[in-house]
Amino acid sequence: MADFLHQLWIARFALTQGLILTLWLSLVSIIAGTLLGIMGGVALTYGGRLVRWPVRAMVDALRGIPVLVLILAVFYLLTFAGINFTAVESGLIALSLFSGAHMAEIVRGALSAIPAGQIDAGKALGLSSFRIFALVLLPQAARMIMPVWINTGAELVKTSTLLSVIGTGELLFRTQEVIGRNFMTLEFYSFAGALYFLINFSIEQLGQAISRRVGNPADIQAR
Amino acid sequence: MGYSFNFGVIWARVDVFLLGLALGLALALAALVIGTVLGLAAAFAAEAGGVRRKLVAVYVSLFRNMPLLVIVLLVYFGLPQWGVTFGKIESFILALAVYSGAYLTEVFRAGLSGVPKGVTDAGRAMGLGRLPLLWLIVLPIMLRNCLPALGTTFISLFKDTSLAAVIAVPELTYEARKLNTETFRVAEAWATASVLYLATCLLIAAALRFAERRFPKF
Repeated sequence: MADFLHQLWIARFALTQGLILTLWLSLVSIIAGTLLGIMGGVALTYGGRLVRWPVRAMVDALRGIPVLVLILAVFYLLTFAGINFTAVESGLIALSLFSGAHMAEIVRGALSAIPAGQIDAGKALGLSSFRIFALVLLPQAARMIMPVWINTGAELVKTSTLLSVIGTGELLFRTQEVIGRNFMTLEFYSFAGALYFLINFSIEQLGQAISRRVGNPADIQAR
Repeated sequence: MGYSFNFGVIWARVDVFLLGLALGLALALAALVIGTVLGLAAAFAAEAGGVRRKLVAVYVSLFRNMPLLVIVLLVYFGLPQWGVTFGKIESFILALAVYSGAYLTEVFRAGLSGVPKGVTDAGRAMGLGRLPLLWLIVLPIMLRNCLPALGTTFISLFKDTSLAAVIAVPELTYEARKLNTETFRVAEAWATASVLYLATCLLIAAALRFAERRFPKF
């Protein structure tokens, strides 16, 4: 144990850097994924055939292939196409696409659960389509989405570990580097696991607190 | 960019790719079976209340909040430090099973609460003992209730088998990556892997819809 603590002290900066990168990657990809997801969800719910079908095909394809394949494909294809992105950048693209596809499906579910009468009422009040969306639909959808959205955030923290495979220096990658130096495999993988657990457990608790306050369990079933 | 597609390299190894796909399915199936046993045991243990309920809560919370890749690496590289050594495939199945068991516990607990109380009362009134009641009445109704969730779990487990590539289990993702690095047919390798995964997921989903129609809900 003393030996482990000593090694942990030596590795403190590397692991902290990794932890920060993990949090940053998760945060950026959840924001980008949410924006993509809102656009995708709106397209899926209100778009005409010409919009809806390509978006549906893309969302289904992104949800049907494993994230690891998506990450490796984006990483290798971008490099091969001569576009020089760093591992972090192509990892972010892959994670954002992945979370965007899932969010699109969630947003579509929430939007289609809002009664059509709400839109009619907005029109009757003379609101523009944008205002109907921003003032009438989005607040109601956001409330329904909240618990699932937080869940997606926790999933993304876990998924970000896959970026260690393409050499992104996030927490798992840094842990592997540390293990490469001191061979304390069990200790440091457990330590990384405990850190991930703490992050996700906090997100889970936060999510439960929020959905107790704002959520209505009857509104949306956790998919 | 002057890239000409050449699917000949894929065709030359089509057997390797298909074997990789089959291995992925087998891994997912094995993990689902073990995970189902774990999940059922945990769900019934939680039903008993007390300490057992708390232990189950810890198990579920622990493995749902830990990344699968960390569990896989912990089992394959970490456990040998305690003298517990498994092969690549066994390690991966074990990790995936424990991971899925946590999710399946929740699935089964929901399914269990969906068994109408009147049915178990009726069984008891007919003089069924604890085990026959469980085996003949509760389990069939509950498993049917859980069928859709079990199906989606199987699909996501199948997608998760791609992580086995990280510990060099020769499944589809591993083969695609190998082809990528050996021949530089980047686009072909990943297009083939993606299409195979996607098609398999769609097939499983279709089979599931068929099964749900075939066995009507109680």
